[in-house]
Amino acid sequence: MAELFTTDVGADLAAAADEETAAAPQRQALKLFLRNRSAVFGLILFLAILIMTFVLPFFYERDPGDLIARPHLAPGSEGAPLLGTDQLGRDLTAVVVYGGRTTLRVAAGAAVMIVGFGVMIGALAGFYGGKVDDVLMRFTEFFQVLPGLLFAIVLVALFNPSVWTVMIAIATVSWAQTARLTRAEFLRLKNLEFVKAARAIGASDFRIITRVILPNAMPTLIVSSTLVLGWAILFEAGLAFLGLADVNNVSWGLAIGRGRAAFTVNWWAVTFPGLAIFATVLGLSLIGDGLQDAYNPKLRGR
Amino acid sequence: MLKSLAARIGQAFGLILAVIVLNFSLIHIAPGDAASAIAGAQSASDPDLIEELRETYGLDDPFLVQLWNYITRVLQGDLGNSIWFGEPVVDLMLERIWPTVLLATTALAFALILGVAVGTLAARRPDSIWSHAVTIFSLVGFSMPAFWTGLLLLILVGVNFEFFPVSGMHAVDFDGNRWESMLDALRHLILPGLTLGIIYLAQYSRLARASMLEVLESDYVRTARAKGLSERSVVFKHGLRNGIIPIVTVLGLQFGAVFSGAILVESVFSWPGLGRLAFDAVTRRDTPVLLGVLLLASVSVIVANLLTDVLYRVIDPRIRISGKTNG
Repeated sequence: MAELFTTDVGADLAAAADEETAAAPQRQALKLFLRNRSAVFGLILFLAILIMTFVLPFFYERDPGDLIARPHLAPGSEGAPLLGTDQLGRDLTAVVVYGGRTTLRVAAGAAVMIVGFGVMIGALAGFYGGKVDDVLMRFTEFFQVLPGLLFAIVLVALFNPSVWTVMIAIATVSWAQTARLTRAEFLRLKNLEFVKAARAIGASDFRIITRVILPNAMPTLIVSSTLVLGWAILFEAGLAFLGLADVNNVSWGLAIGRGRAAFTVNWWAVTFPGLAIFATVLGLSLIGDGLQDAYNPKLRGR
Repeated sequence: MLKSLAARIGQAFGLILAVIVLNFSLIHIAPGDAASAIAGAQSASDPDLIEELRETYGLDDPFLVQLWNYITRVLQGDLGNSIWFGEPVVDLMLERIWPTVLLATTALAFALILGVAVGTLAARRPDSIWSHAVTIFSLVGFSMPAFWTGLLLLILVGVNFEFFPVSGMHAVDFDGNRWESMLDALRHLILPGLTLGIIYLAQYSRLARASMLEVLESDYVRTARAKGLSERSVVFKHGLRNGIIPIVTVLGLQFGAVFSGAILVESVFSWPGLGRLAFDAVTRRDTPVLLGVLLLASVSVIVANLLTDVLYRVIDPRIRISGKTNG
């Protein structure tokens, strides 16, 4: 018992020292990020979307399902809401504002699952290597050959569309990439000095994985998570556009899917929800690129 | 190299088998039983009929027996019948495969050629406006949902210019010889091909730019320049041949993604391909067709990955000689 106690203190010291040295590059990266104009633009864009979807509803209380005016009212015409009305006379401003909630919630939930599961599998495969790596990588490869959207469609269609099935389907078909990336990071880091040091003072495997290697893999994983969120938003939109979504919760993709039949007379019903998706994903891509440059200043512009 | 290739082929077969097992499991895990689904499609609720169907389709056999029967049937090319059409799934897919192949190859060829050209030009002058434009375009192209790009093209171009048909692969009232029929299909191909191509163009131009930037700074390119070779020879012979390797890898690995994109684009343009077939199968609750397309798509991804691996060895002499890949 006494022995265990001392090793834990040792590992804590190692981890603490590590965090201290890691703090300086973090601050450096933040400074570089804020100096990058396109990254800041992306951040502003994304924050604007977040405010629109999560704050604006308090000031613009509408039910996006209500029929409030004549159908096909163009934006700017008399009696029309800001973004016009759709083919049934629903307020498109409300559809875009409230639709974002569904899209972002589903995408964020899926992204958390993707990163969580992907990092777990990748970390185990990279850290242990050998047989464990073989088995886990074969498993990962299997999920990589299944065509993503098609497999997700099959899953959602077989188990009926709901917020949860859509989230799980997106995560099921998307985690493999994150797992491979995490594995590569672990392979790169696991033989470095500080990991050997932690091992020498007797830190447990779990501790080395979570407290020693993982913090050092963070920059790569943060960049990747930003892109994963953008990917999940596009994916959710695609599924919803095809009608594979909970019809009681309007989302951006669903709105475009509903409006597509009348696109010749009503361009705004497909244009505005699409612009919202585009702006969100563009914001996230710019943030991801900015973070990438900030963490690896040598690779700027690549 | 032969040995590693044999291992690679064995692995591909293992994956195909795994996909078949997955397909079978999906049929079984899904709520509702196949017999009642078939009966339901024929709007019958007679319990005797359902019992008969259970027997015909072997639904009362033990799980492993059913699995074994399923695998042998699939390997013989029998994927069952469509609930909606009543025809064999395989025949339905064979009808739809060519439109999808045509659409996908058009999009990929367009993206590959233009992407590599644009990326290479951008890499030669990394700080020029042109180079920044490529970066911006690639970000924009990546961030636009494919189906939305398609609809915007339809709104902007399809509605205003009659030359571009808005849906299908042939005009409804089409009447002409084979040559005219081909031209008609090509005219229908432009908008969906462009829509699907833009996504990949965004990726390839960015990738080509990054890859060529790295290659053009390398020692062998400097040596080639020092030898006094022409700029053309340096960029194309020494640069491009090395710079294109990552792009070929991505191209092969992306085969599955092309399928996913095709589903959305075919659905927007009513293009009569596999994606449209799969989408219709969802709305018609036609599970055998849906799973058939999933199987076919997965197998083509596996084969495409295998071919990429072989091609990779052929283009890259370092791998050809040592027989090893780094990834």
